[in-house]
Amino acid sequence: MSEQSLTAPAKGQTGQSGLPQLHLARNPGMPLDLDWVRGVQANTSAIERRCASLPGRRSVKKDWQAAWLLKAISLIDLTTLAGDDTEARVQRLCRKAMQPVRPDLLDALGMGDRRLTTGAVCVYHEMVPEAVRALEGSGVPVAAVSTGFPAGLSPYKLRLAEIGQSVAAGADEIDIVISRRHVLGQNWQALYDEMREMRAACGHAHVKAILATGELQTLRNVARASLVCMMAGADFIKTSTGKEAVNATLPVSLVMIRAIRDYEARTGFRIGYKPAGGISKAKDSLVYLALIKEELGNRWLQPDLFRFGASSLLGDIERQLEHQVTGRYSASWRHAMG
Amino acid sequence: MTIPGLFDSMEWGPAPESTAEAMAWLDTHERTFGLFIGGEFRAAQSGGGFDTRNPANGQVLARIAEAGAADIDVAVAAARKAQPKWQALGGHGRARHLYALARLVQKHSRLLAVVETLDNGKPIRESRDIDVPLVARHFYYHAGAAQLMDAQMPGREALGVCGQVIPWNFPLLMLAWKIAPALAMGNTVVLKPAEYTSLSALLFAEICIEAGLPAGVVNIVTGDGRTGELISLHPGIGKIAFTGSTDVGRRIRQATAGSGKALTLELGGKSPYIVFDDADLDSAVEGLVDAIWFNQGQVCCAGSRLLVQEGVAEAFTAKLIARMNKLRVGDPMDKAIDMGAIVDPVQLDAITRMVASAPEGAQVHHATCAIPNEGCFYPPTLITGLAPADRLMQEEIFGPVLVATTFRTPSEAVALANDSRYGLAATIWSENINLALDIAPKLVSGVVWINATNLFDAAAGFGGRRESGFGREGGREGLYAYTKPAGNRKPLKRVLPYDGIALGASGLDRTAKNYVGGKQARPDGGYSTPVFGPKGAFLGHVGTGNRKDIRNAVEAARAATGWARTTGHLRAQILYYIAENLSARGDEFAARLKAMQGGGDKAARAEVDTAIARLFSAAAWADKYDGAVHDVPIRGVALAMNEPVGVIGMVCPDEAPLLGLISLIAPAIAMGNTCVAVPSAAFPLAASDFYQVLDTSDLPGGVVNIVTGAHGDLAPVLAAHDDVDALWYFGSDDLSGAIERASAGNLKRTLVNDGYATDWFKADTQHFLRHATEVKNIWIPYGE
Repeated sequence: MSEQSLTAPAKGQTGQSGLPQLHLARNPGMPLDLDWVRGVQANTSAIERRCASLPGRRSVKKDWQAAWLLKAISLIDLTTLAGDDTEARVQRLCRKAMQPVRPDLLDALGMGDRRLTTGAVCVYHEMVPEAVRALEGSGVPVAAVSTGFPAGLSPYKLRLAEIGQSVAAGADEIDIVISRRHVLGQNWQALYDEMREMRAACGHAHVKAILATGELQTLRNVARASLVCMMAGADFIKTSTGKEAVNATLPVSLVMIRAIRDYEARTGFRIGYKPAGGISKAKDSLVYLALIKEELGNRWLQPDLFRFGASSLLGDIERQLEHQVTGRYSASWRHAMG
Repeated sequence: MTIPGLFDSMEWGPAPESTAEAMAWLDTHERTFGLFIGGEFRAAQSGGGFDTRNPANGQVLARIAEAGAADIDVAVAAARKAQPKWQALGGHGRARHLYALARLVQKHSRLLAVVETLDNGKPIRESRDIDVPLVARHFYYHAGAAQLMDAQMPGREALGVCGQVIPWNFPLLMLAWKIAPALAMGNTVVLKPAEYTSLSALLFAEICIEAGLPAGVVNIVTGDGRTGELISLHPGIGKIAFTGSTDVGRRIRQATAGSGKALTLELGGKSPYIVFDDADLDSAVEGLVDAIWFNQGQVCCAGSRLLVQEGVAEAFTAKLIARMNKLRVGDPMDKAIDMGAIVDPVQLDAITRMVASAPEGAQVHHATCAIPNEGCFYPPTLITGLAPADRLMQEEIFGPVLVATTFRTPSEAVALANDSRYGLAATIWSENINLALDIAPKLVSGVVWINATNLFDAAAGFGGRRESGFGREGGREGLYAYTKPAGNRKPLKRVLPYDGIALGASGLDRTAKNYVGGKQARPDGGYSTPVFGPKGAFLGHVGTGNRKDIRNAVEAARAATGWARTTGHLRAQILYYIAENLSARGDEFAARLKAMQGGGDKAARAEVDTAIARLFSAAAWADKYDGAVHDVPIRGVALAMNEPVGVIGMVCPDEAPLLGLISLIAPAIAMGNTCVAVPSAAFPLAASDFYQVLDTSDLPGGVVNIVTGAHGDLAPVLAAHDDVDALWYFGSDDLSGAIERASAGNLKRTLVNDGYATDWFKADTQHFLRHATEVKNIWIPYGE
């Protein structure tokens, strides 16, 4: 499929945000193709072997590692999703998103003039207005988790309404949770219909479909649910809420990005990918980037097509970057908290 | 490039492994290595030597000694001197040494990996993550094998000195595969690494010193093919183990024929990689990276022949080409490289010429990834649009070149897969367990991987069928190749037929014929041979078989190989039924044996009774000689299945004409083989009577075929027949050497007596069951 045409931003105030609509046509979805869905295979052992050998096959060192870690920062959805979140806490996080790395380190790395920010800030609905306020003019988009996050079992109408309220409050991206029971029951039509309606409720805001892969149990389920959500118009597919017992893993990621690759080959539309939960080490983020680069290509290493859902990853990356600059191992208190 | 530039381009960067320690190690030897003999390094007596180079940049790494005949004599003498004491050390004593070797391999793991990559050109990731860990694992496993030898291998003992010649593609790993089992079973070794890649073996020699291994237990002699030939011909060596090309393996088979040396050969392959339309295609593509682009495709069991089901062929090829283009080829010392250097310019040239011979209509896809300008590199390559008749589909390329064709149905996949002289390994991709487990036993190969490829472990045997060689390395099956039955053997006396005058037969004439395809068949030549008793009494005629009778019998045996798919229970029932019918005619057979051989009634009766017991034994084993589930370190199983060898020719002993015949036939057919038996030439009538027993025992036609005639006429025809899979020789004409030499043609498995007698009254049925079977290891990873 040839390169897609540029389209205009759908929403003026997020003009700098790097949202997908700035670059690529949005995925309109397609009719549910059950033959395709049911024909998808995922061999767990083989997928695990690929993931086990990848970190040994690909490593980046020195300047390359610094550049890749800076890239990782630009791809983070800096996240707080806790019951004790307050406006002040969210404000603090937003400041960190706008200035994720100490300026002297950025200068030393030659990145002082790049206005490096995280990919987005991700919060609960109630925190959206504060986040929008705090990030105004920064170009950093606000993502809201929605639809009865994390279990997705509140009344269906309320879940749809929640999306609308978050969009109205200024969220640029909505991270919805799917009904896991539709996957576990192989009720692909129900999953498709739900995703379609949620996508519609998002309007111009981009929708990330959280599959809660830890609760889907099998990689085959993950592969099929990924496809159905893309067919129903998801802009991104995302692994986890961060609240399941098992969150993002490399095997799950490999399955989801292979589904993304097949969807692009079949439809021409590029879907974004967001692993979330459990990625807290700089080294892990490099393995993820290597996996994306190998399986999907460099185009996916941009914030419109890839995000890390993470809260503590940034701190570890900052320490590694300081080590890159000074040659000394760093300490967490040398970097501002979010 | 600046960090912001790299931030934008997100390209891969260099990730070099340091060679400093390895270079320092070479320097401590002043970059010159002698031969490791009797626990110390010494110069070759001729003073000759050769350079070893880094194929990635052509630089000379060190000067290696070239061992000549005098050096091999000294090395074999050192090994012979050390062997009795090493064996006498006992299982636990040897286990302690093997354990020390395993530990030291781990302690020096990075140095071993870097030396290996410097000398061979394989990516450091592979030598570090695959080769060296498997080496340590092999020594650990065989430390255990030594410890348990008395318990697991009762009645077996060491062969003596083992001469081992290994290839350049996995220099250290092949060393481990050879040395560990040999030492575990109480042998000592003289090992020759390949001339391109001697260094890791020499580093291992140092490890032997460090481990305190007794002098002479391991001797490492360097040199080229001439040195290897000196080893294979040396009379002081009891066993040759060779891994390398089929051509050289065939020459070794010829050279060692009749010497009494045990022989195992692990040779070439053109292993099929079968992708069914219900496979996880992305994972199957990734599997090919591990199959044909592992170690630059210089792997004997490389999945080099891609067979894809038609319905998914187009999609699969597109995915494969996209994946190929992302492989990284370059400096093998870079940790993030997928493919390193081809071992030598000679090999690079061979690969280049093979690919250039691709026929019109074939599409050659070279990966578009960057290839270094200097050094020995070849791009990952896929050739599609080939047919089985194309040379590239049949011959081993031994490089990173995958050839592909398509199939329509599972049975066609099997037919294509088996359309090869080789039979080393096979890979099956399917998510349907019914399909995968149906196909695996049908493939002629020693190893099958289901939804995986190139999995290796010390606990699972590895080795081939057909012209991929014989013998297994690893697992319990591999230990038998380094042992022999304990005890001394007695020379076999020649047994000649009695003379007489063909007159005066009593009663109505009975004409003994050949027995082919379940029917009595007159000999093609139209001649008969009279049979006389010890006092010259004329006992009857048998047909004089010729090469056409053998041809017909082999055709009948091949046509009957459906016997292999019957159940062990059914085969047992038929064997019991044969015993029952033989028993019913016991007096008659005893009388016949007495008439032919002389001797008393008691001796004749004992032979019949023992033959009946032997049939019972084989019947009993038919549903019990049933393989193993090996404990390999994956989530999954490795099924070691005992499969029939196929068509077995057997030249039967003269000294126990009925019991000897049955001692060979019964275990063979119990395991599902079909056979062509040439009975005792001196006393053939027991066999010709016996086919009437077979006829009345529900044995399907063609499972046992009997051709009477002179051993010297018929055995060479069987040996030179390419559709005979194995040949057993127990005659008294001293044909062992001639048979082994002629068997080199299709590398058929041989079991010969080397002129020694067998006590057929005590013969060990399990010994013959082992020779009547090939172990196939089927790896089945699972998990959802």
